[in-house]
Amino acid sequence: MNKIENNKAWFFVIPVFVVVAFSAVIPLMTVVNYSVQDIFGANSTFWTGTEWYRQMLRDPDLQAALLRQFAFSFAILAIEVPLGIGIALLMPKKGWAASAALVLVAMPLLIPLNVVGTIWQILARTDIGLLGWSLSSIGVDYNINANAADAWFTIILMDVWHWTPLIALLSYSGLRAIPDAYYQAARIDRASRWAVFRYIQLPKLSNVLVIGVLLRFMDSFMIYAEPFVLTGGGPGSSTTFLSQALTTMAVGQFDLGPAAAFSIIYFLIILAVSWVFYTAIMNAQKDKSAQQ
Amino acid sequence: MKSRIAFIVYIVLMLLPIYWLVNMSLKTNSEILGALSFWPTNLTFDNYINILTDDSWYMGYVNSMTYVFMNMAISLTVALPAAYAFSRYKFVGDKHLFFWLLTNKMAPPAVFALPFFQLYSSVGLFDTHIAVALAHTLFNVALAVWILEGFMSGVPKEIDETAYIDGYSFPRFFVKIYIPLIRSGIGVTAFFLFMFSWIELLLARTLTSTGAQPIQAIMTRTQGASGIDWGTLAAAGVLTIVPGIAVVYFVRNHIAKGFALGRT
Repeated sequence: MNKIENNKAWFFVIPVFVVVAFSAVIPLMTVVNYSVQDIFGANSTFWTGTEWYRQMLRDPDLQAALLRQFAFSFAILAIEVPLGIGIALLMPKKGWAASAALVLVAMPLLIPLNVVGTIWQILARTDIGLLGWSLSSIGVDYNINANAADAWFTIILMDVWHWTPLIALLSYSGLRAIPDAYYQAARIDRASRWAVFRYIQLPKLSNVLVIGVLLRFMDSFMIYAEPFVLTGGGPGSSTTFLSQALTTMAVGQFDLGPAAAFSIIYFLIILAVSWVFYTAIMNAQKDKSAQQ
Repeated sequence: MKSRIAFIVYIVLMLLPIYWLVNMSLKTNSEILGALSFWPTNLTFDNYINILTDDSWYMGYVNSMTYVFMNMAISLTVALPAAYAFSRYKFVGDKHLFFWLLTNKMAPPAVFALPFFQLYSSVGLFDTHIAVALAHTLFNVALAVWILEGFMSGVPKEIDETAYIDGYSFPRFFVKIYIPLIRSGIGVTAFFLFMFSWIELLLARTLTSTGAQPIQAIMTRTQGASGIDWGTLAAAGVLTIVPGIAVVYFVRNHIAKGFALGRT
């Protein structure tokens, strides 16, 4: 759509600007403020400059947490995106079955994060949980509190269970937006099922998938409550992700300076990855629309 | 037919964890810890009755609902005009402003929890519903603008122009004509706002103590000195799913109608 140039449009965005600035800029400045000082009490603070930043970047625990975080985010994206599209393709399209399917598919999304953790913590127990009990009764030595591989498997399964529906719902509504004429044309051309998916459905899904993938990346990168409830970050620190490492430092040890410096680094990493991602996708879309 | 079966298999697998929670919530603690069983042998509703008759429990649901709906109202009110501006006009700094809004969706709650606590304490809003609602706008406003903008870009601009020629003032046009046109978009947006605010724990827990404590925080109380009260925990968990199901049910037709989002 051709947009008109009009700077008066700023009046429309002022409310958003004010609300978001209040809840984003002031707290962010507080964090920046902490990150460059050493605070002993209300009135005794010392300027430390970039000291905390250097210390945090060299911290082996945080580097390990960061690597774990990337491994986790990419693993769940690699599973959830194809699976979500697949489920969207399978969902009934008309009538009461479509409504029922929507409500059922969306259910895991609406469960509070720590309840999700609780559900899976129960499921993973070998005495009272379905998953743990089934696995141990077929002879698998399954214990999320002792075995890091089991803990990882359970956390990824939990996230896939919880968030695949988001990709599925977005893809489903993207699919519903494709006019029937496209499918009729494909039928006349005798296009195969795969060709219909590759050249009609997938291109139309790209917009909703951009939102889905970005949301999943950001949220999985900030994951906190679910692994905290499920494994508490263990065994050892094998499932301690960035948010938990940060919270332990800020609240548990009350090291505000280092924790704040770490926050800023954390935020910048998400920002950088999302920006690269966002720009790449926007450029790809621009190229595509230029070709048409 | 094959696809129908595959879908049913998925739904069954997906519902299993939820079924397990429901199953537990209908048992007594001794039965839960006794032996693993696939359905309750001594069906009991005591766990639910405990929660629904104790105001220190059920007020948690009321508190959660209150700040979630406040957040939805605030987010939609500020996001609607902004999304309109982004979808219709070019203005100085529009792209940067949009990305800046989005960056707030990327801010980890763990980073913001402590500064939020200090900010809201200093303005006297600590332990109020509005504090949590405002804190949640941090990520929800960006999302609302993003989704609404996609829907608004799909409305032809000729409609705006025709309305002006017919003598509609802008506010009247926006409320009477434009908002009804994108009501599917508002429905879908409301669903996502509800979802992200309802499930969030860290900020909601940090910003409240007793007056506005969300249900997620109250649930931790089932871990007492004598071990975990599994039955009550499970029942409380099941009850957290119910409002969400109601919300999806209301917006199901908007989602089923289909939408293709994104800035193009």
